[in-house]
This record gives sequence, structure tokens and C-alpha cells, in this order.
Amino acid sequence: MKNLSKYLIVCTAYALVCLLGSPAAFGDTLKVCTTCEYHSVKEAVRQAKAGDIVLVDGGVYKESGIEITQPISLIGRNNPVIDGQNSGQIITIKSSNVKLEGFTVQNVAVSYMRDDAAIRVADRQNIQILNNTVLNTYFGIYLQNADNSVVKGNVVKGENTGKIESSLGNAIHVWRTDGAEISNNRVEGHRDGIYFEYVTNSQVHENISERNNRYGLHFMFSDGNVYTQNIFRKNGAGVAVMYTRNIRMEHNTFEDNWGAAAYGLLLKDISQSVILNNTFRRNTTGIYMESSSRLDINSNDFERNGWAIRLLSSCIQDTFRLNNFTGNSFDVSTNGSPTMNLFEDNYWDKYSGYDLDKDKTGDVPYRPVSLYSMLVERVPPSVMFMRSFMVDLMDSIERVLPSFIPETLVDDRPQMKKIDHDSDRKLVQNLR
Amino acid sequence: MNKIIKYVLYDIIRNKIVVAYTLFLLLLSIGLFNLGSSPEKGLLSLLNLVLLTVPLISIVFATTHFYNSYEFMELLVSQPIKRSKIFMSEFLGVTLSLSAAILIGIGIPVVLFAPGATGLYLVLTGVFITFIFVAMAFLASVITRDKAKGIGIALMLWFYFALIYDGIVLFILYSFGDYPLEYATLALTALNPVDLGRVMVLLNLDVSAMMGYTGALYKSIFGSGWGVGIAFLVLVLWVMVPLLLSRRAFTRRDL
Repeated sequence: MKNLSKYLIVCTAYALVCLLGSPAAFGDTLKVCTTCEYHSVKEAVRQAKAGDIVLVDGGVYKESGIEITQPISLIGRNNPVIDGQNSGQIITIKSSNVKLEGFTVQNVAVSYMRDDAAIRVADRQNIQILNNTVLNTYFGIYLQNADNSVVKGNVVKGENTGKIESSLGNAIHVWRTDGAEISNNRVEGHRDGIYFEYVTNSQVHENISERNNRYGLHFMFSDGNVYTQNIFRKNGAGVAVMYTRNIRMEHNTFEDNWGAAAYGLLLKDISQSVILNNTFRRNTTGIYMESSSRLDINSNDFERNGWAIRLLSSCIQDTFRLNNFTGNSFDVSTNGSPTMNLFEDNYWDKYSGYDLDKDKTGDVPYRPVSLYSMLVERVPPSVMFMRSFMVDLMDSIERVLPSFIPETLVDDRPQMKKIDHDSDRKLVQNLR
Repeated sequence: MNKIIKYVLYDIIRNKIVVAYTLFLLLLSIGLFNLGSSPEKGLLSLLNLVLLTVPLISIVFATTHFYNSYEFMELLVSQPIKRSKIFMSEFLGVTLSLSAAILIGIGIPVVLFAPGATGLYLVLTGVFITFIFVAMAFLASVITRDKAKGIGIALMLWFYFALIYDGIVLFILYSFGDYPLEYATLALTALNPVDLGRVMVLLNLDVSAMMGYTGALYKSIFGSGWGVGIAFLVLVLWVMVPLLLSRRAFTRRDL
């Protein structure tokens, strides 16, 4: 027994020595502050060798054009501020295995030719950008060709009041990257909150993207990505997802995307993807779907949207199951008669059928497309007659004797009670 | 004139229908605000109700009142009082009592549960619609001496404005769907006071954000002080035209 405890103590001590000693074993620590050896971040970074740590203490450093060419860790203590003073890109990472943590990086001017960013990674891998704050920049964090990089816990905040789309950059811009992880970031006031182009097998978790001029999240040609527990709020046009397949979107919240051309989620040419357990609240259009096929839209909540789902006739083989539709002006609208889409086991608050056999499933099918929604789709100005008594009457008659609304869009098993998604949402959160 | 209005009002209050109407509106408004999850939802349900019941009750009540007080009017005509004065007193007597019912029955709950510009628009719309439909009822009553015919015409007017008109416009919009109809729709809305009132309240509620591109266009019109001003001006026109027409008919015809 005594031997064992002795053995344990020795072991722990050895481990501690190993842990504490390891940085020293791999490289030096270069300190930057007003009274230190280095006064400039740029100078310290230039002197650093592979494996070194550049430790920057609190204070304001008026610098730009910092180029990291060695695999080092650039770490800020006590929130140092690097102020670019609108003189071009601030930090450019030109080496793999770099860690950048704990800075406030601010003031990058608009540059249409170079697309200046506060932090740019160019053609290098395994970069970690953690817990930084990026303020008032053109592009915020720009990853190009940066496989297996992590962008975590950053705040990217731009100033977009009174600016037009073309004079704004994206908060987190990722291009041609495999296996990136974008998580726990908060992005606002840019053109697109998170922009992905040719990004594959990446994870986007628990980000908050709001008040961006265009899209909260925008991705194209980015297959095999997973998006979970993000919040997209009050963006000019919501979230746009285009020309992509094999993605998963789970437990995200899309809310308050209001306006003439705003969508909670815009799906264009998406296939074989899963949209699970998301909440769409108070959007002009919850999901807008065009040329999208083989999507599984399951267990989502659509609350108080103008249009919950706009399913264009170019969509085929999409499945809508176990979703809740409550308080939407229009549940589903379409411009033609989409075929081979399946609606099943959803809850519709406008459903007025009965359940005689008490199996909690309505005995009469529900037609989510109303005559009036068809009319509005064809003649937009007729939206002026929303909530007119005549419209309600027309819809009721059409529901009883359908003649105009597409026969194919029907839920044969509407649920009588609202489906409870909240409990399993918590469960999944705990499991993660 | 004040004296006549006083007698008309006294007569109306005595038969207790207006009191019942006030209580009905009050109970309904409070009920809707308590049932709905948010004040906005309450306003919305209240709007639908106001646009359906207020015109109906105004027009039916005003027509029957007009025919019932025929003898009183005949008596007044034999006195040295101008006919237009008698007519205006009758009109104001009816509209003031019905408007008071709205101010109490809808106004108080709105102030309590959903104070704000939209609530004000709703109450104002209710008052205007009362004025408009009482004017129309008087027009129907002066057109014919026959009580049944008069009430028939009044009901037809209500039916037209509350239901048929929207149907006709939707049909027109559907038929001419290939043309740009944004402003034509706006004009068509102005041709029906019920629609005008509905659109005005609806576009000032949050739900208007849910109406897409066209909704945004109309909101930019009706959401501004200008648009609301013009809308109310059109409503005033809607009161004046039938009122002046019926007054003219009343002063010229053989009673």
C-alpha cells in the first residue's frame, strides 16, 4: 500500500514536471510589453523561431502587416489591442501549426483589390485562432486553403449601419478548406456572418450570427459539413445554402429575419441533406426551397413565420416529418405542383380535423397549401387582402372541396397535438 | 340643433340597444385580449371582428332608427327648422352614440392591453367605419319610403363591402395577374373603406413584416405619416359623399 502511494506520487510529480517543462523543452518565450525586451509584436514575431511562444501583454500596439512565417504561438495576456489604423492587413499567417489567441485586432480599411482581413491564413494547415476580438474591419478572419484549422471563441464585430453590401466584407470567410472547425464565435455587422466556399467536412457549432447585411451563414459547393446549435438572427437575408450535398443542420435557430427578401433558410440546389430539430421563428419565409432534392426535414419548429415553407415545384423527393407549424400566415406555398414530396406526421395548428379512433393522428388528411397562398404566389399584390373575411371563406371552401390546390401536397397523418421537441433537444445537448 | 341631437341621443339611450352593443364590444375585446397570447394577436382578432360586426350593426341600427323616428322628423319638419339641420342632427345623434360605444367598448380595452399607434388606428378605423356605414344607412333610408326595402338595401350594401367587393377584386387580380398590379391594388383598396381600415391596421402591426416584397412596398406607403394621413382623408371622403348625397335627397323630397 505504501509502495503504491509512493509510486503514485512519483508518477504525478514526473507528469507535472513534464507538463510544465514541455514549452521550455520545445522553444523560448518572447515577451512583448512596454517594459519588456520587445516593444513591437511585429519585431518579436520576426525574431521568433519554430516552437517559440510570443507572449504579448496588455496595451495598445499600433501595428499592421504582422507576418507569421514560423510555427509559433502568438498569445495575448490581459487583452492586448493591435490597432491596424486602417493601413492594410494586420496579421497574416504564412506557416502551418500556428496558434493565435487572446488579442483584440481592430481597424482594417475597405480594400476591393486585396480583400484585407484582420487575420488571414494563406495556404497553411492546422492553424488555431482562439478567443480573439476583431473590431471594425473589412474582412474579419479569412482562411484560404487552410485545412484542419480551428476558429473558436472569437468575436467579430463590424460597423454596417448605412453601408451597402458591396462595401462590406465577411466576418469569417473560409475558402477551399477541408476539416475546419468554426465554433463558439459571435459575428455581427458584416456582409456575411460565416462564408464557406469549397469547404468540406467541416464543423460549425454554437456560433451566433446576427445583424449582417446579407446572410448570417452563406455556403456554396461545401459538401459534407455539419452545422449545429448556431443562432442566426436579424440578418438581411437569413441563411443561404447553395449547390451543396450531404450536409447536416441540427438544433439551429433561425429567427427575426424580416424584410422584403429575407429567408430563415434559403436552399438552392441542395441534395441528400438532413435538417433536424431546428427552430424557425418570426421569419418572412422560414425555408425557401428551390431545386432541392432528397432532403430530410424532420422535427423542426416553425413559429409565426410569414411563409413557413415555400416549396418550389423544382423540388423532388423531400420528406417533411414530425415538424410543428404554429402561427404562420401560410404553412406551405408553392408555384406549381411539386411531386414526390412527402408530408407526414406533422402538427399543423390550422388543422381542423378529428380523431375518432384516438390514435393521436387526425383521420382526415390536411392540405397545407391554401388557395389564397396559391393566389399570392401568382399575384403578389393580393397579399393586401390578407385576413379579409372573403379570403378565409374561400380557403375554408377550398379545404372542403379542393379543386385548385395541388393534390400531391397533403399530410395524410396530421398530428392532433403539438409534438414536443424540447425534451429531446435537452437530452441531445447533454449527450454532446 | 343641439337640442334635437340631445333628444335623438336620449331616445337612442332609452331603447338600450346601444348600451347592449357597448357591453358586447367590451366583453369581446377583453375576452380576445385575454385569450390571445400577445396583445398583437388580440389586436388582430379584434380587427377582424370590428371589420365584420361594426359595419353590420351600424348599418342595421341606423336604418331601423331612421324609419322608427319618421314621425318625430315629420313633427320637426312642421316647425320652422331647416330640413338639413334636422337631418344632420339625426345623423350626429346616431353616429355619436355608436362611436361612444366603440370608444368605450374597444378603446378602453385597447388602452389597457395594447396601447400604441396601432391600437389608436384600430379605434379610429372603428369610429370612421361607424360614420361611413351610418351615412350609407341614411342614404338607403332616404332612397325609399318602404322600411323593408330600405333595410334590404342597407344589408346589401354591407354584404357588398364586407364580402362581395373583396371577391370581385381578388377575381380581377387573378385575371390580370400578368400585369404589374401594385398600384392598381392600392387604388382598389381605397374604393372600399373596410379594406382600407384593415390594411391600415395590418400594415402597422408586426405581421406586415411577414408579407414579403409586396407587403414591404405597401408598408413603406402605409407605414409613413403621409400614407396614414391620406388613408384617413380617403375615409373622410367616404363619410362625406354618402352623407351629402342623402342630405340633398332628404331636403328635396316629399316626406
